Amino acid sequence: METKAHIEEHHVGYTTYVLVWLALMVLTGITVWVSYLHFGVFNIVVALLIASIKASLVALYFMHLKFEDKTTWIFVLYPIVLLALLIGLTAVDVFFRTTP
Amino acid sequence: MEEIGIDVHAHHHVDPVVEYKASKLGMWLFLATELLLFGGLFAAYAIFRAKYPEMFHEEHKELDRTIGAINTVVLICSSLTMALGVASIQRGKKKLLSLFLLLTILFGIVFGINKYFEYGHKFEHHIYPSTSIFFALYFMMTGLHMLHVLAGVLVLTALLILSLKGKFSENYYTPIELGGLYWHLVDLIWIYLFPLLYLIS
Repeated sequence: METKAHIEEHHVGYTTYVLVWLALMVLTGITVWVSYLHFGVFNIVVALLIASIKASLVALYFMHLKFEDKTTWIFVLYPIVLLALLIGLTAVDVFFRTTP
Repeated sequence: MEEIGIDVHAHHHVDPVVEYKASKLGMWLFLATELLLFGGLFAAYAIFRAKYPEMFHEEHKELDRTIGAINTVVLICSSLTMALGVASIQRGKKKLLSLFLLLTILFGIVFGINKYFEYGHKFEHHIYPSTSIFFALYFMMTGLHMLHVLAGVLVLTALLILSLKGKFSENYYTPIELGGLYWHLVDLIWIYLFPLLYLIS
C-alpha cells in the first residue's frame, strides 16, 4: 500500500493473548469438573454461565471487541437480542399453548 | 461516465483507514447472520431439552466426553495461534504470521480428524441422525459447525499462500484480521456446543 495509513488501533500484546488462552483452558477444566457435580437444574445454568464467560473472553480479546467503537458493539449486541427473542418467544409458544 | 460524478476508475477505496474499518464492520455483520443461523438450532435444542430432559440425559452418554474435551482444547489453542498471527503482522513480522497461520490450520485439521473418528464410531454403533431427536440435533449442530471449520481451514490456507507471497505488512493486514474474526466465531460456537451436547449431567 503506497498510502501510509496510520490505523489508530490498540494492539493487544502477546502476553495478554497467552493469559486469555490460559483462562480459557482453566475454564474448560472447570466446566468438565462441574458437570460431575449435581445441582439439579442449576447444572445447565452453571454450564451456560462458564461458556458465556469463555465466549466473552474470546470476543473481547481475541476478536478485539474491547477496543471497537459503538457501531461495532451495536452490530454484536443486536443479533444477541434477536436470538434471545427467538428462543424466548418459541418457548412461550410451546409451553403456554393450550390445546382446545 | 463523467456524468455520474464519481471516479469509477479509482483503484482504492475512499481511504485505507475507512476501508479497513468498513471491512471489519461488514465482517461483524456477516458473523451476526452466522450467529442467527446457529440460533435456529439452539432454539430447537432448548425446546426439546426442556420437553424431554430424560432422553437428552440418557442419549448424551453415548458421546465421548474425552474427545469432546480434546477438541475444545484444540480449538482454543487454534484461536490463540490465530490471535498471535494477527499480533505478529501488526508488528510487521511476516514470517511469524505465516508460522501462526500454519499452526492454526493444523489445529483445524486435527479437530476435523477427531470429528471424523467420532462420527465413524457413532455409525459403527448404528447411531444416525434418525436415531432420536437428541442425535438429530447432535449431528446437525456439530455437522454445521464442522462445515464452518472446513471453510475456515480453506480461508486460512488461502491467507497462508498470500502471506508467503508477502502480500501483508503492518500497513495492510485487513484479510488476516477478517479471517481471524471468522475463525474465532467458529471457536466461540463450539464453546457452547461442548457443554450443551457432551456435558449434560
